[in-house]
Parts: sequence; structure tokens; C-alpha cells
Amino acid sequence: MSSIAKKTIFYIILKALGLSILCLSALYMVWNFYLAGEPLFAIGMFVLATIAAVIFSFRRFYTWRFIYPGIAAIAVFIVLPVVYTSSVGFTNFSARNLLTFERVQKYHLQKTVEVDGSQRPFNLTTELQIYFPKSDDRAALITSTITTAINGQLTATLYANNPPEALPIKAIIQNRAALQALTIALPDGGFLVVDGLRNFAQISPQYTKTTDGVLTATDGTQLVADQDVGFFRDSNGDIVSPGWSVGVGWQNFIKIATNEGISAPMMQIFLWTCIFAFLSMVFTFSLGTGLAVLLDWKHLKGRGIYRVLLILPYAVPSFISILVFKGLFNQNFGEINLILSQLLGIKPEWFTSPLLAKTMLLIVNTWLGFPYWMLLAGGFIQAIPQDQYKAAALEGSGPIRNFFKITLPQILTPSVPLLIASFAFNFNNIVLILLLTSGGPDIAGTIIPAGSTDLLGSFTYRIAFQDSGQDFGLAGAISTLIFILTGFIAYVNFRFMQRLAAKTGAATS
Amino acid sequence: MMVENKQSLKLRKLVTHGFLLSICLLMMFPFFMILSISFREGNFATGSLFPDNPTLEHWALALGFEYTRPDGTVIKPPYPVLLWLWNSIKIGVIASVGILVLSTTSAFAFSRMQFRGKKSILDSLLIIQMFPGALTVIAMYAIFDALGQVVPWLGIDSHPALIISYLSAITLHIWTIKGYFDSIDPSLDKAAQLDGATPWQAFRYIFLPLALPIIAVVFMLSFIYLVNEYPVASVLLHNTEDMTLAVGARQYLYPQKYLWGDFAAAAVLSGLPITILFLFSQRFLIGGMSDGAVKG
Repeated sequence: MSSIAKKTIFYIILKALGLSILCLSALYMVWNFYLAGEPLFAIGMFVLATIAAVIFSFRRFYTWRFIYPGIAAIAVFIVLPVVYTSSVGFTNFSARNLLTFERVQKYHLQKTVEVDGSQRPFNLTTELQIYFPKSDDRAALITSTITTAINGQLTATLYANNPPEALPIKAIIQNRAALQALTIALPDGGFLVVDGLRNFAQISPQYTKTTDGVLTATDGTQLVADQDVGFFRDSNGDIVSPGWSVGVGWQNFIKIATNEGISAPMMQIFLWTCIFAFLSMVFTFSLGTGLAVLLDWKHLKGRGIYRVLLILPYAVPSFISILVFKGLFNQNFGEINLILSQLLGIKPEWFTSPLLAKTMLLIVNTWLGFPYWMLLAGGFIQAIPQDQYKAAALEGSGPIRNFFKITLPQILTPSVPLLIASFAFNFNNIVLILLLTSGGPDIAGTIIPAGSTDLLGSFTYRIAFQDSGQDFGLAGAISTLIFILTGFIAYVNFRFMQRLAAKTGAATS
Repeated sequence: MMVENKQSLKLRKLVTHGFLLSICLLMMFPFFMILSISFREGNFATGSLFPDNPTLEHWALALGFEYTRPDGTVIKPPYPVLLWLWNSIKIGVIASVGILVLSTTSAFAFSRMQFRGKKSILDSLLIIQMFPGALTVIAMYAIFDALGQVVPWLGIDSHPALIISYLSAITLHIWTIKGYFDSIDPSLDKAAQLDGATPWQAFRYIFLPLALPIIAVVFMLSFIYLVNEYPVASVLLHNTEDMTLAVGARQYLYPQKYLWGDFAAAAVLSGLPITILFLFSQRFLIGGMSDGAVKG
């Protein structure tokens, strides 16, 4: 009895210790997030850690211990990114407006200008010291060896002897990185930094901060922060790069709706996305189901071998198969065109003709997807009572009629939710597009890069990550629309599954 | 009548065999080609299915060896394929174990415990899992960029970061495992409860051992999914040595640097283990797939 009590006490102490260590490290991270200038992440981390601490210390939340870790992972890595991406859609976050306001201001404050007439030529001595020859009224100076610099700082001292032997300019080029990192303290209190390959010069900050958002240059002109566009403006009212991201309200969404150069290709892409998702669903389902029915024919020998061979496209990692197809379809040295030109004398332009590129995508996607349906339909067929076929045979029904009257309807019913899921998956089948065509060939006459094989998702991905603009704001806005569409499809699917569950539930009970 | 039937049966069988064979050949065509290309000389050459001058160059390079051509030039491996494969397997296995821990515990709670909001959480999981991860990569980047400033080993370009982000791929698995737990006889845990077992003990000593088959299925499904995952990995991993196969394989086929032959060998080499694993476990997988899908 006492040993059990001891064990329990030991367990309680261990748990308390573990919990406090976790809490402390979480608090440490929260503090560091705050210091790093990420208050949102600090708050998020704090909330997550606090809930975890409460759930794991009080018995009344026992049940939640089982689901909290999983729910937290989903919240942080699925829900939060979705919310964050949508919120980016309301900003002008892009390659031009990439930083935070603080970073931009700091950037301007760190800009330096050379003090007029402070240039001094220098030599690198054979001992890798920096030697400034006597010039006008300035005495000759020398530093210690550049490798002895501490934090990039060297001190120059007066030098009265004969000039030391200088290395050729090649040595300066070789040591450029080291020289650029140097600041040399002068005996009179000034500082020199390298200025080109032959000179050192004194520098001073170009701007001083007057108030937050107003910077005054050495010549008296001012930069004023414009928080509406996320740029500093100079005295002429022109914007000065770099910019920071600011909220722009519905501007991105309005742009999508009203700008012809964006809305026209987007409509075209949306249409193709729907067609692609629908045709992919139909083709993979038909081919897969057809093969499953054939492979279910009891009289056929070697069904096992056929099945394994036909599963292979599903078993091979898809990123490999897609890239293999990319090579095989290559216009000039792909094997598909090689065979076609030998047999038929044609060399289709798979990657430059929009129609052929779309055909290629559907071929590849059917190849990738039919085994999934073959496997599933194979399972559903097993559930069809054999009596029905016997009865049909008595009536003189042939195999084709059997298929459409008995088999297909009974495969279709349980398949509906999966068909919708397949539609949604192909609606967002971004990896296929990115790896095979990258969206190309491009649609002519658009202001943002849009390809004729782009799906909405890959189009958005390219706006954000590939082409020159890197317009995260616009990408975020389109993503928000896609999220809403996907959410709608998911909801429809969900209702279908509920109905199906109710039906089968009623049938079995 | 019977004779005619037998004959037509024979004919139908023949036609079916012919049809299936040609479909098989058509479907296998890319595999034959890629195997053939991996033994062909050079990176551009076209040729017959059986290479005229078979060479092991691409295979040596894929396996990480330097290759000396007959004329004496030494070719260095362009990319560390085996390292990529190792990265993929390592990340896939660790993340799948993590996914199993999170999804089995959650599924147990959803199957056997009563709490507020249970049904709505379960339902929203189904809807959440359809959101395309590829579109949230900006956010993923921002999260791990910030995290990296505080905890360097959890930042961009680190495997732990990728593994942690993969832990969220549990939505469907929770449903699959819950379906399995639901089918376990309730009298078992009632008995355990009467004997004074806590829910945790019931989970650990009764449910987990019974659920081994479905755990194997979920492990395989999640491993295959993770090895194939491209968007998040491509945003988080930039160094060539850190890449997973899915991210790295693409490097071979840039228009500026088109290494078709080298790619072929690397593709066969790296695709083989995953393919064999899949074929090996496909019997279990099919059950898991349709269970998870239909039991919703």
C-alpha cells in the first residue's frame, strides 16, 4: 500500500516538474517573440501554452488532454495560415512593400553619405597593414594587420618612418571582403570606411530622425512616411523605395473585380479549373470503374497480375511520374513525339499549344488517378449481392445491360462523396500544374502572368512566388476567394456524406 | 445454345485479355521508357527501347559515385540523390509517428468520451481537410521565419520545422481511426472501467493494441502523403543538402540545365523503395482508404 502511495507521490512530483519546465520554456519563447518584434506570435504562443498548462494541470479537463495537441496543431498549421493568408489579401504586401515600417525607417537611418573632402588614398603593406600616405596637411597613418581587427575595428596610429612597401592592387581585390568589413578609428576621433578600391573616406548618416515617420537629410530636405501607400515620400512627393506593407482594405478584391487585365484571365482560368476538375473526375472514375468491373470477372485468368500492374501508377510517387511525363512529352527530345513522328509523322507541340497542353494534363492526370477508382470500385462491387446478377441472367440480360442497370448504380451511390472530394482535390491540384507545365503557355495580353493551363491555385501561387511582382496581397485576395469556393464544395460534400450515412444507417437498422 | 455460349465466352475472354494487355502496356509505357533512358548515353539522346550502347553512367551518378567516361573525363554527381531519399524517409517516418500519436489519442476521445462541441469539431475537421495547403505557404513561411528568430533549429531550412508543420495532417486520420475505435465492443472498456482503469489506461492497454492494423494503415497512408508533399517543403527547404526528394527531383529538369538521363536513373532509384512499400501494403491500404471515406 505504501509503495503505491510512494509511486503516486513520485508521479505527481514528476508531472509537476515536467509541467513547470514546459511552462517556463513556453514563457521564454513568448518573451523572445515579443523581443523579436512579433507581438502576434507572442500572444498566440501565450494562449496555446496557457491552455495547455490549464488542461494538463486540472482533472476536470481530463478529456481535453486527448484532443488538445491535435487540435492545436490543426489550429496553428491549417487554420491560422488560412486566416493569415486571407488577412494578407487586405494589405499591399508584395516585393515592393515587403518590410515593416520600423525596418524601412531603420534602413534609411543606416544609409550613410561620404563627408566631402574626407577621402584618403591607401596602400596595403606586405604585412597586410593599411597605410595612409601623407597628403596635404594630413599626417601619414598606419594600422595593425587587418586580420587582428576586433569586431571589424582597427585603430590607426601616426607613422613617421619611410613609407612601407605596398602590395599591388591585386592584393586589395583579394582582401576586399575583409576591407569592406573594417572601420578604422583615427587619432582625431573620426572613423574611416573603405570607399572603392583606392580610398578610405569618412562617412556620416544621411538622415536623422526628427519624429517617428519624418526623416531629415543632411541637406535639410525631409522624407515623410505615407502610411496609406507604405512608402516614404520625398519633398517632391515621389515615393522612395523600399516600402512597408500597410492595410489597403478591399482594394485587392476591387482590383480583381474591375481590372480587365486581371478579371478576364481569371475568369478564363476559373472556367478551365472547373473543366479540368470535372473531366479529371469523370475520366479517372470511368476508366477505374471499367477496369474494376473487368477485373471482377471470375472466368478471367491472371487477374491478380493485371491488378498489380494497373496499380503501379498510383504506387509510384506522383512527383516522379509527373516529371517523367514532363520529359516524355518534351517537344524535341521526348520519346512520345519520337514515336508519333515515326508512326504518323507528326510532332505535336505539347507545351506551346494551349489545347494540346490541356489535353496532356488530362492524359497525365487520368493516368495518375484511375487506379484509385479501380481500387475503390473493386471494393464496392464486392458488396453487390450476386443474386441480382443471377436474376438478371434469367431475364436474359447481357453484361452491358447488367453494368448499367445493376453495377454502376450501386457503385455510384457510395462514390458520390468521394467524387466530390476528387473534384475538390483536382480543383486545387497545384502540384501537377507546377511540376508539369508551370501554367504555360501564357495567355497573351494580360497584365499579370497567367497561363492557359493554370488552375486558380497555381495561378495564385505564381503571383505570390514566381514571376517578378511577388504580389502577396493580390495572391492573398485570390486565395481568400478559393478558400470560400473550396469551403463551399467541402460543405456540399459533407451534406452528401451525412445523407449517405443516414441512408445506410436506416438500411442496416 | 450452350455451345454457342461457350464459344462466345471464349471470344469475350480473348477480347478482354487483349484489351487489358494493351491497357497495361500503355500504362507501363512511361516505366519502360524511364528505365531505358537511365541506361542511355548522354542527357539528350533519343533512341530505341533497348539502348544501343548501354552505360552505367547515370546510375553511378545517382548512387553518388564519380563516373569516368571512356575518354577519361570524370563526371561528378550533380545532386545528392541518396541524401534526398534519406531526408524524405527520415522526415516521413518521424512526422508519421507524430501524426499517429496525435490522431490515435484524438480519435479515442472522439469515439469514447463525451464533451461539448464534439460533433461540430469532428464535422469541421472534414471541411478543414479540403483546404489547399499550397495556398497558405506564405503564412507558413512567415510563421517559421518568426519562429526561427527565437528558436534557430525551428526556422526556415530546418527539418524539425517541416516535421512540426506536417503534424497538422491528421484531420482525415482522426476520422479513419475513430471509425475503427467505434467498431470495438463497448463492453471491453466498460469492463476495464469497472476494474478501475482510467481512460488513459483503457486507451493504452486495450484500444492501442487492438487498433494495430488500422495504425499500420494510417502510418503508411501518411508516410506516402508526406513523401509526396511538395508545396510546403519547397518553401521551407532551400539548401540542396536539406531538400526532400519531392523538392530536389525538380532540379534535374530546368530548361537551362536539362539532365534527362541523370533524372531517369535518380527517379528509378528513389521511386523504387516507395513503390515497393506501397505494393507490399496495398491490401491493408485499400481497406483503410474506403473505411475512412465511407464511415463519415
